[in-house]
Amino acid sequence: MKTERTSTLKFARESAYFTLIVLGAIVAAVGIGAFVLKLIGVNPIDVYLVILTEPLKDIYGITEILVRTSPLILIALGIAIAFRSGILNIGAEGQMQIGIISAAAIALAFPELPKPILLPMVLIIGAIGGALWGGIAGYLKARMGVNEILSTVMLNYIAAQVYGFLLRGPMIDPEELTVGSGTPQTIRLPRAAWLDRLIPGTRLHAGLIIALVMAVLVYLLLWRTTTGFRLRASGAEPRAARFAGIHVERSLIIAMLFSGGFAGLAGAIELTGVHRRAIESISSGYGFSGIVVALFGGLHPAFIVPSAIFFGLLLIGADMTQRAMAVPANMVLVLQGAIILSIVSAQSFFKDPYAKDKFLRRLSSIHLPRQKKKNAPTSDRGGKR
Amino acid sequence: MQTSKAQISSLRLEGVTKRFPGILACDHVSIEVKAGQILALVGENGAGKSTLMNILMGLYQPDEGRILINGHETRFRSPNDAYACGIGMVHQHFMLVPNLTVTENVALGSKDFQSFLKLDLKGARHRIAEVSERYGLPVQPDAYVDQLSVGEQQRVELVKTLCFGTRFLILDEPTSALTPQETDELISLLKRMSGDISIIFISHKLNEVKALSDTVTVLRRGSVVYRGETKDNSSQELAALMTGHEVNLPHNACEDGCGNVLVSIKDLKVKSDRGNLAVDGLSLDIRSGEILGLAGVSGNGQRELADVLAGLRKAVSGSIMLEEINVFGKSPREIIDAGFGYIPEDRHDEGIVPTFSIRENLILKDFATPRFRIGPFLRLKESEKNAEDLVRRFDVRCSSQETAAGSLSGGNIQKVILARELARQPKALVSVYPTRGLDMGASEFIHTKLLELRTSGVAILLISEELEEIMNLSDRIAVIYKGRIVKILKSSEATRARLGLLMAGVQEDGGVA
Repeated sequence: MKTERTSTLKFARESAYFTLIVLGAIVAAVGIGAFVLKLIGVNPIDVYLVILTEPLKDIYGITEILVRTSPLILIALGIAIAFRSGILNIGAEGQMQIGIISAAAIALAFPELPKPILLPMVLIIGAIGGALWGGIAGYLKARMGVNEILSTVMLNYIAAQVYGFLLRGPMIDPEELTVGSGTPQTIRLPRAAWLDRLIPGTRLHAGLIIALVMAVLVYLLLWRTTTGFRLRASGAEPRAARFAGIHVERSLIIAMLFSGGFAGLAGAIELTGVHRRAIESISSGYGFSGIVVALFGGLHPAFIVPSAIFFGLLLIGADMTQRAMAVPANMVLVLQGAIILSIVSAQSFFKDPYAKDKFLRRLSSIHLPRQKKKNAPTSDRGGKR
Repeated sequence: MQTSKAQISSLRLEGVTKRFPGILACDHVSIEVKAGQILALVGENGAGKSTLMNILMGLYQPDEGRILINGHETRFRSPNDAYACGIGMVHQHFMLVPNLTVTENVALGSKDFQSFLKLDLKGARHRIAEVSERYGLPVQPDAYVDQLSVGEQQRVELVKTLCFGTRFLILDEPTSALTPQETDELISLLKRMSGDISIIFISHKLNEVKALSDTVTVLRRGSVVYRGETKDNSSQELAALMTGHEVNLPHNACEDGCGNVLVSIKDLKVKSDRGNLAVDGLSLDIRSGEILGLAGVSGNGQRELADVLAGLRKAVSGSIMLEEINVFGKSPREIIDAGFGYIPEDRHDEGIVPTFSIRENLILKDFATPRFRIGPFLRLKESEKNAEDLVRRFDVRCSSQETAAGSLSGGNIQKVILARELARQPKALVSVYPTRGLDMGASEFIHTKLLELRTSGVAILLISEELEEIMNLSDRIAVIYKGRIVKILKSSEATRARLGLLMAGVQEDGGVA
């Protein structure tokens, strides 16, 4: 009975701690953002109100949030697989671009194929393109110990150049050269390669469903399969994994194939669901936002989905502020940075038992009278000794 | 030292209680130390020694109880408060920056030597000279820490702590990384120092406790179970108090019941990380039902040999036969499948994945076998059943099988590893320092299990630096020196002195190897 009470008390304090840290992180992120907004001379509260509420006011805003959410979920899932396998993939942006361009190439190469064949093929080829691009970094790391942060970032540049070259050269819409303005873009994809729109009149497309299904599949992959076990063991403690006969290097490559594959799939879906032709800046920073989404979602699919929705809201909200209040949409990058900082700091609180103890102590010293009352039965016991 | 002039004539902890989720780490613990006294605080891992000392150092706050210094109640909100009162601690793991010099390390540790953007190295050097003269602790102030031996680093830690004006020294298992000679030196040094300062000495090596301390306090499961003069008790009695029952580390008393040669290592050559031949033509036979102890001063090729047997280091040449299978040059997986079990040196990072649950760690080698998977999927139910069974059989103390294995005590981690390896029913087992840093109770358990395994016909290679462990358990003892086996003795022929000479490279016919 007594222990039960202390454990509920303990639990209450634990959850109070958790909540306070999370709240603290949010306040810090919002505070940093507010400070910067103040610096550019706008009222932070107004801006936040616009960002957080304006997109939710009509069906257009909501569907647009979900349009942004789909690629964010997919990329964040890939990032989560990589991070959990001990390889920090910063290259989702490039992997996504390679995914887009390979998906577009396949769709344009086989315009005659019927939809049930062409569309899946386009999505799969997009994923494979991204996977191979990611796999390069994985192979370099596994074989030669090349730091994956460097290699993935560098591969981003290469991917961007390859993408730009193909759009400007071999894959450019011939009409752009003859009668158009020379805009670097491909011709429209055949209809058979279009993802269906879910709500007529909006851009919300079936990619969202694919993303949600993938979230479930990634959960199963990581926690229910032997492959996931290998990946997580290699990431959590490579030395122990090696002693247990797990081929850690192979796990790294597999993780990067998955990770790049999800980025490539995100690109293919963005291509076939939204733009329906490859244009410049389709990826538009999703590859980097996806990292934030993954971290904010605790590298867990169940939390990545709401996290992606939240960041979709931020992206749309930032666009709307730009129009409504002349605040640059890039401000959302500042917010993202502030959120990363807050998450990383908050995580250090969760990991450090000393910090936690100190924090709880401060907490209890604020509510000293109440605390004493609750401790009363145990101190009686002390008296008897 | 500006911070503490006052002598600590007595320090008392009264009724200190600290709870962690699900555990009562300290339950109304009281200890007392007077000036110039050495108190030994002994207890098994998880008995609450470290928690108690962390409370004394201000790292944790007690839920109940108080700290009295010279009769006045004191509250330490942080380690700085404790330092200011003249209490200093030398941790089990050294807190030194390896690529800085001794002087820089000392200066980094104290606010006294830090002004704005600058370290007062001259002042630090002066203080070091003072301290090492006063306590007879020679250190080289300009040596880089990573050039020093473990024993010397320990001395630097001591000097560093003393430079902060420590009058009251806490030593957390100071001898766990030292060689026997270094341990003897440290103990005589601490004895000399005790005239000047008070010491709390945390250990579970009872012979050291006997040699050093004046009074002893025994903790068991968070409570004080004994408090008294050290000289009134034998090591045996203290061990019994620690564990709550008579401890007799098991001996290998069985007759020679060994069978055929199971593992045969021939002319093995292995390069170390530095590129020299660390194992240089080593040959060994291990028979089934035999424990072969490998004795040697560490750094004579044991690490490299163990790595090769795990498949994690490529050997240059030679052969390793397990029955009919040559596992030379094979991958870890192939070696495991051939029937090798392995208890790695670093149990926390090599034996388990610390963030994985106990359940997951127990299937770390077998998750891909038909028992634990269907197609690509893991069979969770089966792994739960497996964990439940092994946790019970191996008496792993944990709140649930989903507990992260890294949060367990050393002894319980080793039980998890042992459970996993033994459940796989290996033909041969390589066991590297299996009880290093473990308390008596856990060691007893591990030893008993190893002997059981021997009886069941497994060939066991026991690599250890504790001669007692090797002599207690082995059927035969092989002495390794510079990567070669210099002599193999029957256990009955081995004495400490004889092994010691062999380990130092002195050949029995009088020459030097």
